[in-house]
Amino acid sequence: MIWETVRLSLRSIRRNVLRSFLTLLGIVIGVAAVIAMLTIGSGTTEKVKADISKLGSNLLVVRAGRPAGPGGPGGLDQAARPLAEKDVTALVAHLSGARAISPASQKQVRVIFGTESLTSGVTGTDSAYLDARDWKLVSGRPFSDSETRAGTGVCLIGETVRQQFFGAGDPEGEIIRVNRTSCKIIGLLEPKGYTGFGQDQDNVVLMPLHAYQRRVAGNRDIDNIYIAADDRTPTSELQPRVEDILRDTRRITPDRDPDFAIRDMTQIADAMTSATTTMTGMLGAVAGVSLLVGGIGIMNIMLVSVTERTREIGIRLAIGAHEKHILIQFLVEATVLSLLGGIIGILIGLSLAGLTSMALTIPFAPSPAVILLAVGFSALIGMVFGFFPALRGARLDPIDALRHE
Amino acid sequence: MSAPLLITFDKVWKSYGEGEARVHALAGVDLAIRRGEFVAIMGPSGSGKSTAMNIIGCLDTPTAGTYSFMGVDAGRLDRNRRALLRNLYVGFVFQGYNLLPRTTAAENVELPLIYRGVAARERRDLAMQALAAVGLVGREHHTPAELSGGQQQRVAIARAIVTRPTLLVADEPTGNLDTARTHEIMELLTRLNAELGLSIVMVTHEADVADYAGRTIRFLDGHVASDTLKTEEAA
Repeated sequence: MIWETVRLSLRSIRRNVLRSFLTLLGIVIGVAAVIAMLTIGSGTTEKVKADISKLGSNLLVVRAGRPAGPGGPGGLDQAARPLAEKDVTALVAHLSGARAISPASQKQVRVIFGTESLTSGVTGTDSAYLDARDWKLVSGRPFSDSETRAGTGVCLIGETVRQQFFGAGDPEGEIIRVNRTSCKIIGLLEPKGYTGFGQDQDNVVLMPLHAYQRRVAGNRDIDNIYIAADDRTPTSELQPRVEDILRDTRRITPDRDPDFAIRDMTQIADAMTSATTTMTGMLGAVAGVSLLVGGIGIMNIMLVSVTERTREIGIRLAIGAHEKHILIQFLVEATVLSLLGGIIGILIGLSLAGLTSMALTIPFAPSPAVILLAVGFSALIGMVFGFFPALRGARLDPIDALRHE
Repeated sequence: MSAPLLITFDKVWKSYGEGEARVHALAGVDLAIRRGEFVAIMGPSGSGKSTAMNIIGCLDTPTAGTYSFMGVDAGRLDRNRRALLRNLYVGFVFQGYNLLPRTTAAENVELPLIYRGVAARERRDLAMQALAAVGLVGREHHTPAELSGGQQQRVAIARAIVTRPTLLVADEPTGNLDTARTHEIMELLTRLNAELGLSIVMVTHEADVADYAGRTIRFLDGHVASDTLKTEEAA
């Protein structure tokens, strides 16, 4: 009986291919929009998460300067004092719960090999840097502690630098010029790709902090201190301890604002993830409105269909169709129609999301739950918006309906 | 006339409109039809014959009075119960055939069986039998557009008898047909009446069509004007 009805509705949909297609269009566009938005959205969220984990997970970053407050009074506070080596020493000596603590200073500098040159992000740091940033070497070795202390002219290079200077060749042992100094390449960093903001994370040269300070920066300042929490310590617990130690070494009494800022990468990750999730939800809701419009389209066409087939309804009623038979017939027709639209919409939505993912180089993350939801929702729309026209058909008086031309 | 009563009208009124504009399509009609009868209902337009036919076919209900169908007070049943009565006991044949367009003859004939919940294979068999009974073997897969008027009316008759109904209600079944086709259809109905014992109530304008029936009831202004048996006429 149900199968009969489904077959019947497919036939009546086929009979009016153009009209059915136009009716479907509303649902197709609605479902496609919802699917595309949610799929691209969850891809973006994954991308953001991945980007942030590239920075290193469970990471605190300390910078000189007052925390950016909402226009807080600068007051009599001294201009930002740069971080210094004694701050790092104090953290290494007193901070518990950290896996790695590493100072780093950066500058965009022209790097030269032979006749080639490249402007690269040169970072002076120590041997703990790779650990703190969760960064690995493809080949070679990190700097030793003695090299860091002595400021020896050695360096690690990123994949972009290698390609620029050596093509497919092995860079190890080669000498490159960084600013006025030269350094020997001792290792190659694992590629990290671009950040979400389009910054090439592989266009880098790492060198020992003292070498950088003396020969590149020309001062003893430290831009950042990276502190990676160990597995048992959440960054939220680590942050106040870092602040206490730094207040102590930098002699800042508790009643004054600190002259350094501690950024919790985990918090930033959470904030960005929740921002993209909210965005996705909002876009999905907007797309959902178009689904509603599609549903109204279905209702409209079903009303037309009932009117057009009044005589048919009369015949069916005369030969013994129960009210519910007519109701079910038109409900099934509306549901089949909108399900069909839903399925086409899902295919189009997924294709759109796939293409967009490729174009934006974000992961393609189709969610079975979202797809099921879209199928269920489009069927529901068919039933809800098909109900009123179907009821109207079922309630027709057979005598009037038979007279209808 | 020992056959059991199939239909009785007991002071049946059917009125439309309100107050001054109130019109009585049937004004206290008394009528009895027995099983196996072939009755022609005649009368000018507005005489109430169509209204009577709709009530007989359980499509409509009287405003006042009692309509009994097979002993059931069909005039007091709700529309779904009347639908069931129609499905189980009544077959309809209309002037305009009223076949579903773009649907094959066999599928049209199967339609009432679908609403009875008969399984597909059995439906097919019964439809073939019904089509054979009306002489349409070989046309099962033709759609109405591919059939002549006479053939379409045969399909409609097959659809009406496929459920083996007790009563066949025919509303001007030959109204759209030429003389030759008219007589073919009327012979078919007469045969079904004689061979299957199918009771037939037929509304018609034409006297020669009415002549096929065993009994002719004339309506005039909502009353039964005359009720004659063929045998009486002959006598």
